[in-house]
Amino acid sequence: MRTMSKFKPTLSRAKVGMASLIFMESALFSAFLVTYLYYIGKSPTGPQPMDCLDLGLVTINSICLFASSATVVFAVRALSRGSLKGFQVWMLLTILLGLEFLIGTGLEWKKLIEVQGLTIDSNVFGTTFYTLVGFHAFHVIVGLVLLTGTFMLALCGCIKPERDTERVEIATWYWHFVDVVWIVVFTLVYFVGKVPQEALS
Amino acid sequence: MTHASESSTPATKTPESFWEIVGRWSMSVDHKKLGMMYVGAGLIFFLVGGLEAAFMRLQLAQANLKIIDPETFNQLFTMHGTTMVFLVGMPILLGFGNYLLPLMVGARDMAFPRLNAFGFWLFIFGGLLLYFSYIGSQGLYGAPSAPDVGWFAYAPLTDRTFSRGNSTDYWILGILVSGFGSMTTAINFIGTILCMRCPGMTLMRMPIMAWMMLVVAALVLVAIPVLTGAQIMLLLDRSFGAHFFDPETTGSAVLWQHLFWFFGHPEVYILILPAFGFVSEILPTFSRKVLFGYPLMVAATVSIGFISLGVWAHHMFVVGLGPVLNSFFGAMTFLISVPTGIKIFNWIATMWGGRLRFATPMLFATGFIAMFVIGGLTGIMLATVPLDWQLSDSYFVVGHFHYVLFGGTVFGIFGALFYWFPKATGKMLSERLGKWTFWLLFIGFTMTFMPMHVSGVLGMPRRIYTYEADRGWEIWNLITTLGVPVQMAGVAIFLWNVVKSLRSGENAGNNPWDAWTLEWSTTSPPPEWNFDRIPTVTSARPLWDSAHPEDPDAHYE
Repeated sequence: MRTMSKFKPTLSRAKVGMASLIFMESALFSAFLVTYLYYIGKSPTGPQPMDCLDLGLVTINSICLFASSATVVFAVRALSRGSLKGFQVWMLLTILLGLEFLIGTGLEWKKLIEVQGLTIDSNVFGTTFYTLVGFHAFHVIVGLVLLTGTFMLALCGCIKPERDTERVEIATWYWHFVDVVWIVVFTLVYFVGKVPQEALS
Repeated sequence: MTHASESSTPATKTPESFWEIVGRWSMSVDHKKLGMMYVGAGLIFFLVGGLEAAFMRLQLAQANLKIIDPETFNQLFTMHGTTMVFLVGMPILLGFGNYLLPLMVGARDMAFPRLNAFGFWLFIFGGLLLYFSYIGSQGLYGAPSAPDVGWFAYAPLTDRTFSRGNSTDYWILGILVSGFGSMTTAINFIGTILCMRCPGMTLMRMPIMAWMMLVVAALVLVAIPVLTGAQIMLLLDRSFGAHFFDPETTGSAVLWQHLFWFFGHPEVYILILPAFGFVSEILPTFSRKVLFGYPLMVAATVSIGFISLGVWAHHMFVVGLGPVLNSFFGAMTFLISVPTGIKIFNWIATMWGGRLRFATPMLFATGFIAMFVIGGLTGIMLATVPLDWQLSDSYFVVGHFHYVLFGGTVFGIFGALFYWFPKATGKMLSERLGKWTFWLLFIGFTMTFMPMHVSGVLGMPRRIYTYEADRGWEIWNLITTLGVPVQMAGVAIFLWNVVKSLRSGENAGNNPWDAWTLEWSTTSPPPEWNFDRIPTVTSARPLWDSAHPEDPDAHYE
């Protein structure tokens, strides 16, 4: 009992807040993921995932996004070592990798729309594909805004390594989350969802 | 502490102008001001939603009445349901959480005060957006002005083809915006409860309401995003030609039901668990006993949280999901009544052998238990699949959920209003008027909702705007409608009570009810910084400990 009376909660608000936000975002993504899963193989007409989706560009995009998770870890490590310069370099690299992912997604969509003729109202495949991938891309944009903001603060010298390392690290949790979600989305859309039509019916 | 010195010398200040007061409140990030604004705004929406219900009851008072046309009737029940769930229940309950949690756990504010203000204003603007549909969605279409698709907005009724104009878009966006408000508030609750507790306050020493709010916050974070996701899909369907819920192009109307009720059933527990919390705080105080079975109460709350995520399809028994799913969801629904039953027995055991004082909060708390048990029992009836096939979408269901949401949540809210009003304002509410409010609400409530069970069993479907005279429904509908003015009188007396008390109420003092939790240790109303010194606690009843140093609770932990 003695020890209990000296009890003091030690959890950090920022960590709990970000963890709760990520928990909430996971629920939000679940709605879209379940919907995608539900509609796999339910498009009798229009472009099919087998014909439209190829692994070329998206693999490069994915590698860039996964790599950005590593570079952002290096950025935080540099910051915790007190190297603001290293932080800025790794952060810039992270942002560029994230931008590549967005541009790559844009190019893939351009091809899908112009060559394959897949749009949001072609069939439920188009509907769910653009919604799920687009919703993820939207989160990449939000993450990039967050990272770019941090980068700008670092450029103007507003980030103090000893004071802000934890804050910056918590902000990067969001970027890791965006990455992890992409693993699930990528697997679902480009592997699970590419079952041939005959196999399902 | 510059604010401290300012407000401790009010005599030197000139009275504030109206706009200064508006500015002080609207720019505030103080959890107490935000909590009171939540409750106040929720009560205003409560009057609006109540008025909508009153119009519906007027139309249904007798067979073949033509007071309200069918289109308006559809809008009335849609707006009534949406308002009561999203703009009354949630904000009032979250508002109480906002006001009380930091005080209860001994903190100076919520974990994220600015996020808190952001969430409140999202709720307000979401609500205004929904009601703006009455003006904004009229236009070239000749379309309905307010949303008229029912509060659960089943597809494909919400499709562009069947819901023309913009009213359904207003419904989507209004709820989407206020939903984000609820989610930010939930994040704040979790942050506050996990990180802001005062020294000595372990999780198992928190006031039980904090536990309930923690589970509610977790449920909000699981359930509301699913609704948000479904609403985004619906918006894409309506505005960009997507096919999520459009059965003509292999979309699925049933998927909307799954997504909606995956939100919808946890939502029911989001609306009832805080009321459980209020009652669990009120009963010990007015029974002069500790809450019976605190750890079991925590366990029951957490299990309700988990099980509530697996019962949603009991809203969909008539869809034709097949015997396996129907039995599963029926069984899960039976299962959730076990932890709920544990709570009921704990409350009764708390009162058992206590020195009961039937002040108004206690009247509402005991009324809550009785009415909630009835609502819970009809819930178990409806979980029985064959019976549900008969009763689904009848007035029996309407009676059932009003017993839970009015007899449960609203009675809990009124109990909480009477219990914590002295803390928030420093003034007591009149006990005499309070008792009038309770008995009028209780009688009016029973008159309104008890006969609904009968008309439902007699086959009256919900949401019809009129009915033939030969069905045997007339007398029950008449009694139902006659209950409305009785309830209105109860609410009017409550409002008068508030005005009177603010003008000339008795001073409350720090602890008018002789309660034991931390919020009663500070002044009424509490200073902006809540506590002059952050308290340290050694048990779940810190105020008992300081009043009885010879026999502190810590000995029994």
